[in-house]
Amino acid sequence: MTVSQVREKPEVKGASPLPRRGKSPFVKWVGEFGWRHLVAVAVLVFGLVPIVYVVSAAFNPNGTLSSTSLLPTSFGFGNFEKLFTDPNVPFGRWFLNSLVIAVPAAFISIFISSLAAYAFSRFRFRGRRPMLLFLLLIQMFPAFLSVVALYLIFGSIGEFYPVAGLNTKLGLMLVYMGGALGVSTWLMKGFFDTIPKELDEAATIDGATHAQIFFGMILPLAAPIIAISGILAFVGTMNDFILASLFLTDRPEMTLAVGLKTLTADNSPASYFGIFAAGTLLTSVLTVAVFMSLQRYIVSGLTGGAVKG
Amino acid sequence: MLEQRSRTAGSATAAGLIIKIAVLAVVAALAVWAALPLIAAEAWWGLALEAAVVAVLYYVYLQRRAIQLKYLVPGTLLLIAFQILPVILTIGTSFSNYGDGHRVDKEQAVEAIIAAGVQQTPGGATYLFAVGESSTGELTLLLTDQRDGSTWAGTEAGLTELDDATVDASGRVTAAPGYTVWDLAELNERQAELAELAVPTGDDSGIKVQGLSAFEGTSTRSYDEACDCIADAATGTVWYADNEEGSFLTEDGEPALVGWRVDIGADNYLDVLTDPDIRGPFLGIFTWNILFAAGSVLLTFAIGLGTAMALNKPSMRGTKVYRTLMILPYAMPSFAMLLVWAQMFNRDFGLVNDLFNLSVNWYGGTWSARAMVLIANTWLGWPYMFLICLGALQALPSDSLEAARIDGATGVTAFRKITLPLLLIALTPLLISSFAFNFNNFNAIELLSGGSPFRAGDAVGGTDLLITYAFRQAFGATTADYGFASAISVFIFLIVATMSAVMFRFTRNQEDVYS
Repeated sequence: MTVSQVREKPEVKGASPLPRRGKSPFVKWVGEFGWRHLVAVAVLVFGLVPIVYVVSAAFNPNGTLSSTSLLPTSFGFGNFEKLFTDPNVPFGRWFLNSLVIAVPAAFISIFISSLAAYAFSRFRFRGRRPMLLFLLLIQMFPAFLSVVALYLIFGSIGEFYPVAGLNTKLGLMLVYMGGALGVSTWLMKGFFDTIPKELDEAATIDGATHAQIFFGMILPLAAPIIAISGILAFVGTMNDFILASLFLTDRPEMTLAVGLKTLTADNSPASYFGIFAAGTLLTSVLTVAVFMSLQRYIVSGLTGGAVKG
Repeated sequence: MLEQRSRTAGSATAAGLIIKIAVLAVVAALAVWAALPLIAAEAWWGLALEAAVVAVLYYVYLQRRAIQLKYLVPGTLLLIAFQILPVILTIGTSFSNYGDGHRVDKEQAVEAIIAAGVQQTPGGATYLFAVGESSTGELTLLLTDQRDGSTWAGTEAGLTELDDATVDASGRVTAAPGYTVWDLAELNERQAELAELAVPTGDDSGIKVQGLSAFEGTSTRSYDEACDCIADAATGTVWYADNEEGSFLTEDGEPALVGWRVDIGADNYLDVLTDPDIRGPFLGIFTWNILFAAGSVLLTFAIGLGTAMALNKPSMRGTKVYRTLMILPYAMPSFAMLLVWAQMFNRDFGLVNDLFNLSVNWYGGTWSARAMVLIANTWLGWPYMFLICLGALQALPSDSLEAARIDGATGVTAFRKITLPLLLIALTPLLISSFAFNFNNFNAIELLSGGSPFRAGDAVGGTDLLITYAFRQAFGATTADYGFASAISVFIFLIVATMSAVMFRFTRNQEDVYS
């Protein structure tokens, strides 16, 4: 079935376009472009099937897995309604929790690493190179690898400061921020390096302090890279499951990742699948919108990061 | 956070100065707030540490010479506290037997064992009880004294007063800050653990649960320092301390229920190497872990590169549309899509079996489950590979390709001899970090298969990675073994460190090529 879809597409396209000079324009077109469309369509089928499926499930009024097919057979908003009315599915709370944790965590992380990136880019001091290498290394050790130790640490933090122990949002945010330096300092330093130093010098001559240079000049100039790093940090935090599941165990306190997982658990009702799909769809609206609008920057951010390792 | 503007050469703006003073004042206020509980608990080392941190902050932001420190300190402090310290603590824990049954120190273990031998004395205090877990997962009796209604939290370490517990009409605790109270179902399920729990209240007294209430009484057991043993006068049993294992053992080698936390050297590591019950499964996980990471990288890279090659043609129509659609899977929240894939592989109603008219029980067999997680993980990863491959392809020096064409290299040959090698030079560091990422891809396994399939009685699942295995050893349904879980984590550290070393090599080579 999928194969026939794939085959059809290039022929449909091939019928219309650009007659070229040469013997058989169609054969030539196939040689040059046809296979490209074929590959693209085939990959897209693979890529889009699960997404189409989620959409279909979200609008399927029955909401069960068995009644969901790839293309919707019936249509209704019931799942979305239940998402906000079912007392057992505090989706609004989860969404809010995720935002309350991820937005400040991303914000502060990016602020902290832009500070560090500024120091690495503009100052020359002893230990600069080793520290940069160390940051590259620490990037390979995401915090969740020490999950046992984090659990024990926050257990005892909670004994002294209940606001930041296990089962608190603040504690989880602290963990996310702990990894701030490793994640985007390199990316930002690379970008700061491309801002000409002459600008700093001119500003210094005009009497600007280093803080004024940083907040008034570097940060605004680096806005695109800061936005990208912020979004990547935000999405990374939203997607975290391991730490969130350990820290936030009370149902109303869960994040989206932990909460939505409970909807597909073996012991939850079959009709929750539709609610889950609706929740997934609402969650994706946010990330997809962000990604699509910043597509160009994200691509360049990824490849820029690539060169820097 | 610490956005203060300090001065160079004495030239400060008024606003900068005000912000700086305000921030330092907040730091001072926080410091006082943080010091109070430490003083109350007489945790002097903690207080000293806190004082040191505050001193460093004040020094850094008041001095004027090393300006870079002002920008580095906030991130560095967080990095040390929540990333480096946990690594060190993990290594430390890996040399101990910390876990259920070995949570407390020896003195407390002795008390707990003595308390377990408590017999009810006429006229002794009785308690209503609820059961819960503390924030660190410790089994706790939430007690209400029936004489005066005061509430207490009792663990195998002892009794502490609970000030702000919520109680129901009968006086039973229903909620308490810092504790998760069990419901009836859980209470029934974990009855056995409860029967073994005894809360020490004095040298030879303790609280035990009996039926629906708990009582305090005196113990028939006593600790004798001379033989480092505990004797039960009623039954005649004697437990001798094994200070290396952190347990009290009878002469037959039966351990008492509560042990204590000791340094057991490299035993956790040696277990992996020598205990056949652990070594075999461990090797299995390790091999699969590498297969999974390598397979994920290879598959995503192959699809990503193929697609990028196909779309890397400026004169082609519709590339923009294709590209936008291809980013879609990457833009979807990955945790949710993993859960969707998990449902798509459902045996009876899942989409995959539906579409292809199969009835494969994907979660049943080791290899079908492995194929499943690889397919789903490939789906998640290929758009990223596509994006970076496309970026790298467009950055390729066109003169080399031109030269190759003039020399007669076409199609496949040009790709194999020119394009691919050039691409690999640029992308190797990324491929390695992708490997490292997938090596520890907790989400993919946990959300897709949860490590299944499990053979009966096995702690190791067919799709388990080291990290999911370690996680389950520490936080799974069975007894927690933090020591062993930490040892596995250290093992992961070593592997990751090796990978980073390899990556550094490549990055350096690459710098040589480009400079």
